[in-house]
Amino acid sequence: MKWSEFFTQGGYGFYVWGSYIAALVVLGGEVVLLMRRRKACKRVGRDRD
Amino acid sequence: MNLYKYAAPAAFYPLAGKLIPWFAIPAAILFAVGLYIGFFIAPTDFQQGDAYRIMFIHVPAAWMGMFLYVLMAFYAGIGWAFNARLSSMMASSLAITGALFTLLSLVTGAFWGKPTWGTWWVWDARMTSTLILLFLYVGFISLQAATDDQRRADRAGAVLALVGVINVPIIYFSVQWWNTLHQGATIRILGKPSIAPPMLAAMLIMLAACWLYSIAIVLIRLRCIIFEREQSAAWITEGAA
Repeated sequence: MKWSEFFTQGGYGFYVWGSYIAALVVLGGEVVLLMRRRKACKRVGRDRD
Repeated sequence: MNLYKYAAPAAFYPLAGKLIPWFAIPAAILFAVGLYIGFFIAPTDFQQGDAYRIMFIHVPAAWMGMFLYVLMAFYAGIGWAFNARLSSMMASSLAITGALFTLLSLVTGAFWGKPTWGTWWVWDARMTSTLILLFLYVGFISLQAATDDQRRADRAGAVLALVGVINVPIIYFSVQWWNTLHQGATIRILGKPSIAPPMLAAMLIMLAACWLYSIAIVLIRLRCIIFEREQSAAWITEGAA
């Protein structure tokens, strides 16, 4: 498979990559926000693990 | 070993911390393997072309949205019936991940619907019931945020979550009960799946990855919730001192 085929996805590139970018934003966003929330907790309760 | 002792937030907190990497690391590996098979090994579909590759994220996201809802209702119910704080906290933790997967299933569904049906959205039975699922999650999360009396919010949330469970079989069977634009199930519990083995493999691996991801994320969030809700408890104030 050529890289150009990979990017165009047989003409469906916008829809296929749109879906996976949405997944990255939603799940990646969840991870980032959760890490921030955890950091706020960790600051107070560092020595309990 | 007395397993019941882990029903206490103070005992569960460190245990959850130890469990997280055992789910997070395999999740990352399976996401990579699933996407590799999905994009480089699975062949182009003869009907839908490459647009069908949206399936590898769409179907697991839709399933997780439904599974996590049932799990959330279960824990909310246990927390209510047995006055178990940790169960209610688990329900709160599950709600956010479940809501996000449901949102993702709607968004990826729109991206799939446009090229295959010519529309981003229709008020089809499956899509409408999935949108209702998202609203149920949002309602549950809002209830938690709306009151300072945490246990009262937990009880109200449990009622909402349990009543809303009825929506899950409606989503699942909607493609059989009504004449929907949405296609029928690709994977059936009985009988052969209707897709090529590498397509099926990629989707099941992505589903496993989503499960492991959810477990890891829900445990991390549960630890935060335990910490935030039990701030005044002795085991936290002593540990932090």
